[in-house]
Amino acid sequence: MTTVTDHTDDGHHGPEKGLMRWIKTTNHKDIGSLYLWFAFVMLLIGGAMAMVIRMELFQPGMQLSEPQFFNQMTTMHGLIMVFGAVMPAFVGLGNWLIPMMIGAPDMALPRMNNWSFWILPFAGGILLSTFFMEGGAPAFGWTFYAPLSTTFAPDSTDFFIFAVHLLGFSSIMGAINIIATVLNMRAPEMKLMDMPLFVWTWLITSFLLIGAMPVLAGAVTMMLTDRNFGTAFFDATGGGDPVLFQHIFWFFGHPEVYIMILPAFGVVSHIIPTFARKPLFGYSSMVYASASIAFLSYIVWGHHMFSTGMPVAGELYFMYATMLIAVPTGVKVFNWVSTMWRGSMTFETPMLWAISFVFLFTIGGFSGLMLGIVPADIQYQDTYFVVAHFHYVLVTGALWAIIAATFYWLPKWTGKMYNETLAKVHFWWAVISVNVLFFPQHFLGLAGMPRRIPDYSLQFADFNMISSIGGFAFGASFILFTYILIDCIRNGKPADARPWEGAKGLEWTLEPKAQYHSFNIPPTKVLIEQESQNS
Amino acid sequence: MSKLMSRLGGLIVMVSANAFAEYGFNMTKGVSSVARDIYGLHMMVFWICVAIALIVFSVMIYSLIVHRKSQGVVAANFHESTKAELLWTGIPIIILVLMAIPASSVLIDLEDTSKAQMTIKITGHQWKWQYDYPKEGISFISNLKQGSKDVIYSGNRHKNYLLEVDNNLVLPVDTPIRFLITSNDVIHSWWVPDFGVKQDANPGFINDAWVQIDEIGIYRGQCTELCGKDHGFMPIVVDVVSKADYAKWVSKQQAAKAVTLAKSSKTWGEEELISLGQKVYNTSCASCHGITGKGIPGVFPALKGSPIATGDIKKHISIVLHGKTGTAMAGYKNMLGDSDIAAVITFERTAFGNQMGDLIQPAQIKAAR
Amino acid sequence: MNEQEYYIPSGTYWPIIGSVGIATLFVGFANQMHGASWGGSIMVFGFAILVFMMFGWFGQVVKESTSGKYNSQVDRSFRWGMSWFIFSEVMFFAAFFGALFYARQLSVPWLGGADNNVFTPELWDGFSATWQQIAFNTPGATLQSGTAVSVPTQLVDVWGLPALNTALLLLSGVTLTFAHHALRADHRNKIIGWLVATIVLGVLFLGFQIAEYGHAYHDGLKLTSGIYGSTFYMLTGFHGFHVTVGVIMLTVILYRVQKGHFSADNHFGFEGVAWYWHFVDVVWLGLFIFVYWL
Ligand code: HEA
Ligand code: HEA
Ligand code: HEC
Ligand code: CUA
Ligand SMILES: [Cu+2]
Repeated sequence: MTTVTDHTDDGHHGPEKGLMRWIKTTNHKDIGSLYLWFAFVMLLIGGAMAMVIRMELFQPGMQLSEPQFFNQMTTMHGLIMVFGAVMPAFVGLGNWLIPMMIGAPDMALPRMNNWSFWILPFAGGILLSTFFMEGGAPAFGWTFYAPLSTTFAPDSTDFFIFAVHLLGFSSIMGAINIIATVLNMRAPEMKLMDMPLFVWTWLITSFLLIGAMPVLAGAVTMMLTDRNFGTAFFDATGGGDPVLFQHIFWFFGHPEVYIMILPAFGVVSHIIPTFARKPLFGYSSMVYASASIAFLSYIVWGHHMFSTGMPVAGELYFMYATMLIAVPTGVKVFNWVSTMWRGSMTFETPMLWAISFVFLFTIGGFSGLMLGIVPADIQYQDTYFVVAHFHYVLVTGALWAIIAATFYWLPKWTGKMYNETLAKVHFWWAVISVNVLFFPQHFLGLAGMPRRIPDYSLQFADFNMISSIGGFAFGASFILFTYILIDCIRNGKPADARPWEGAKGLEWTLEPKAQYHSFNIPPTKVLIEQESQNS
Repeated sequence: MSKLMSRLGGLIVMVSANAFAEYGFNMTKGVSSVARDIYGLHMMVFWICVAIALIVFSVMIYSLIVHRKSQGVVAANFHESTKAELLWTGIPIIILVLMAIPASSVLIDLEDTSKAQMTIKITGHQWKWQYDYPKEGISFISNLKQGSKDVIYSGNRHKNYLLEVDNNLVLPVDTPIRFLITSNDVIHSWWVPDFGVKQDANPGFINDAWVQIDEIGIYRGQCTELCGKDHGFMPIVVDVVSKADYAKWVSKQQAAKAVTLAKSSKTWGEEELISLGQKVYNTSCASCHGITGKGIPGVFPALKGSPIATGDIKKHISIVLHGKTGTAMAGYKNMLGDSDIAAVITFERTAFGNQMGDLIQPAQIKAAR
Repeated sequence: MNEQEYYIPSGTYWPIIGSVGIATLFVGFANQMHGASWGGSIMVFGFAILVFMMFGWFGQVVKESTSGKYNSQVDRSFRWGMSWFIFSEVMFFAAFFGALFYARQLSVPWLGGADNNVFTPELWDGFSATWQQIAFNTPGATLQSGTAVSVPTQLVDVWGLPALNTALLLLSGVTLTFAHHALRADHRNKIIGWLVATIVLGVLFLGFQIAEYGHAYHDGLKLTSGIYGSTFYMLTGFHGFHVTVGVIMLTVILYRVQKGHFSADNHFGFEGVAWYWHFVDVVWLGLFIFVYWL
């Protein structure tokens, strides 16, 4: 096979010039870069909001915001980080990497790929514009429970609803594209069980997206009609139930958190074998574990609702199902550890991020397990213990993997090498400060500090101050991160095609800066087997 | 290495906390059997997690230290072991089952409210709690105490800042009590950590929970479900007293009720009305309409110059009594007495430059109910 | 084009036009709901952009397809795309079916005191937990949103129009399959005949559905009739919307058949629409059973 591109000026395999290149592009690398930059900007915006939160919580009393504004900060921080930063970042990584990893020239549906991205800025724009509307931005938490988000919310909420619809379209199209790409564009000689784990985890994630996002769309649609057209889905006066909203939301919401972690598992499963110079331990059990996690994630949503007054049978069921997730996740952790065991390890920056991912994600996973124990969750629910839990899995889990992936594949994206010394400084700075930021939040929660409050009583003052200091330090680490990225793109030294000694994978067989269309000719069977993780 | 760092972080935290020994690190043991059971579960799961973490992390750290390229290690090439995989699937399952057994039994006990000997009904409002003692015929609203409100933006914050209310919930010790929890507007959640009770207050539904408190004392908690602007400012204070003191308290409350009733039948003077009105306004209305009556644009309307507060008095009385469905404006019919409502309306029509100058008497409110 | 080549389509403006269109549509809609007089026109404008985009985008794809630029790999990608798109639609309906089951099996009985809600009826004197005609505590009650609750006086008659409509839709599934067989056998006139029959059945369905709405509405069953009215109209409404889209797509396919766009072994456009139609069919069966019948 060879690649034909349908350019009007036929024969060129390079990009167009100027702004139009980015608007019209059907190239997976261009679109991947767009996604990644968009996610990065959103991370800074959402992070800036987190800084406002941490500043307000620096000491007791209201210093710089009003309660209503604080709630807007919390809400938008959560929404932007989840829908604006982490999800698009993983879609960006998927776009960049999947075609390279499966020996394809591009995604299966390149034009739809373009649309998936180009809906995002509009959705983000509408979401952010609510700040300037009367009544302000959404202030009901990223979980937007009814009726606070229906009867008791300002008009701007309808814009929020449409923004969520758009984000949903984008994610669904993105997921469809990835499924079609993996199933249909794979090099003819590549069997499913030859696929790298990042591809596997993304494939599974796509099924989560397609199953969960439409349900979210349904939830916000019901909100819309409850708010404007007199339906009674979440209104007991009409036979509905506010708790129904929570069921629908979490039917989406729980798979959503695994949408954010499965690709991260994939990333880590590439980096650890590379720097341990040893094949990934338990390739096939990794695949099955990911699939089990995905399946289980559809049937545990009730663990977010243990204090809503569910019947006991429901609580028992959701507790057991939730606890089960620890098993396949444990398999993953044990596999990573076994991969390192008797390896020949070096500690370049991506490896540092990956190793700390394993530590810190596991800590987050354990607190998740504690949350799953219903009676205990009665005391934890809606406290900072939960905040600590999900930042350990999201920041030192999902975000960690994104940063690890950035350093790991940056040479392939840019053809250049980043500054290893600076990158290591950045890592240590980040990993220390992030723990100062989030670890004390466990204590806060156990001592009884509720989440989503702009002010607190004196007994919580010390840990909040420590947490805020950690927060500012962690926030500042992103300035260095930005510098390292720009420095690499501008002044980086040329990188080898395979810059990491132990790296395996078809992407490393491409030119140092991967060519515009990854594989014009599908890789041979020999090459695929040589580069497979499953050998 | 990063493990070490996180430990170090923990250590710093611990040292700083030791200086303030009363500031908690851990969950409270509580003062009820349920709370103690929960605490026990919490510690059990915690130590199990610590143990597993120790094993996993030790193996990993050992490997990180020993299996380095710089130590001249050559990588092994194994990548499979069915035995190991079965082991680390099986053992966790066993551990989980062992955890699930006590958890289930505590849960079942916690949800069984049938032993209760008395009942308290708790209703969440934006942003205050209403407590009803249906049998005793007592009902009152519990707001964040003015003393805390005054220092939110400045001033000396005292002990129990934000955790004090104007009217404590009073409960007898050693009595199984059932709480019926509901809400009048959005979802709130009633949480007193020492009792081991956290139950959402869902509008339109009544949830129940129970507790038997073992020790006399004052216990504090907070609303734990985001319920809008002042979610952070709706604390719970429970005064647990001996059974005898409780009986005394009940009869005092019942007597006080008669006094309030008598007050509402007299005719009030302007000054009296306005000063009471201001007090009521600040506790009940200012959280939305603002101390200066300016509200929050797009969320809560200003009363300053509002068409209702400067217009037809009947409409004004009606909106305060019955509220307006579909908005956050609740009816105060069952929350405030006649004199309070008369006073607050009079106040609203005089303050913020709304110079209407009309006096509203409790009798008018009574008639309008 | 050559089966031995990958095909990458050229860049295009259609996606960005689509984004502008859909954002305009939504912003207009939101403003319309908040009483801005211009909201409606903006909404229509956004919709027009969207329609323009669809004609343009699909038109370009059709042109490329008929000029033989696509190979079987592109065809397969389209197939995967369409099938998972339909699956996502299934999940969208699942949310509403879920709401229906929840209300019926849980929240309405709870309001009447079932399960662990023995105390809940204290809040609702005079409430009767009967599905369909949920009677609220006081006549003239209002929902939280302030709208008056409309209590239906009569139940929907399952074995009247709804049953007829079921027959019509099932039949249309059969006629469409005949059309497909005809296409495989390359019998153009037959294809057109069966397609027309399918479209007519679809339009008939829609007509009856409107008549049915008329009856229900007349009997007081409205969106504001509590949770039954909400689920009834939202489910059947979204379904009706999908039938409408399906009819439009079938019409386009009919036009394309006449233009001779499809061949016996290359007709993804036709099949995609057929899948969609069958999906709409299956959803209706669910509606018929769970909304109308049981
Ligand atoms: C990436 C995101 C992510 C991930 C991966 C997880 C993983 C898990 N989460 Fe978490 N969670 C969130 C994101 C995530 N969560 C978010 C965002 C919220 C809050 C939402 C909100 O309210 O705003 C939340 C809230 C949340 C709650 C609700 C808390 C409350 O509000 O009261 C619960 C309760 O059960 C829970 C449980 C779990 C469990 C059991 C896991 C498990 O998957 C963890 C499994 C991992 C391990 C257990 C560690 C490794 C395992 C081993 C080493 C094997 C051996 C172990 C044993 C046998 C014990 N999570
Ligand atoms: C993946 C998702 C993600 C990520 C990455 C983060 C990152 C961070 N989050 Fe969180 N967070 C959530 C998801 C996430 N969060 C969610 C879902 C909620 C729940 C919301 C809800 O309750 O509804 C939440 C809630 C939440 C709270 C609780 C708020 C409350 O309950 O009221 C807090 C409080 O400390 C917090 C802090 C932080 C901090 C300090 C970071 C930091 O890691 C951020 C670091 C990044 C930056 C700082 C940006 C980059 C730097 C610059 C822009 C340079 C300038 C910086 C300076 C001014 C120093 N987050
Ligand atoms: C939880 C928030 C909240 C509290 C507390 C509250 N209100 Fe309101 N109030 C509202 C809202 C929201 C409206 C607007 C209703 C509407 O949309 O018409 C309103 C409207 C009013 C109006 C009509 C103003 C106008 O011109 O439309 C009056 C008068 C009023 N409230 C008086 C009071 C009084 C007196 C109290 C206290 C006893 C009080 N409110 C407490 C939220 C509140
Ligand atoms: Cu009431 Cu939070
Ligand atoms: Cu979850």
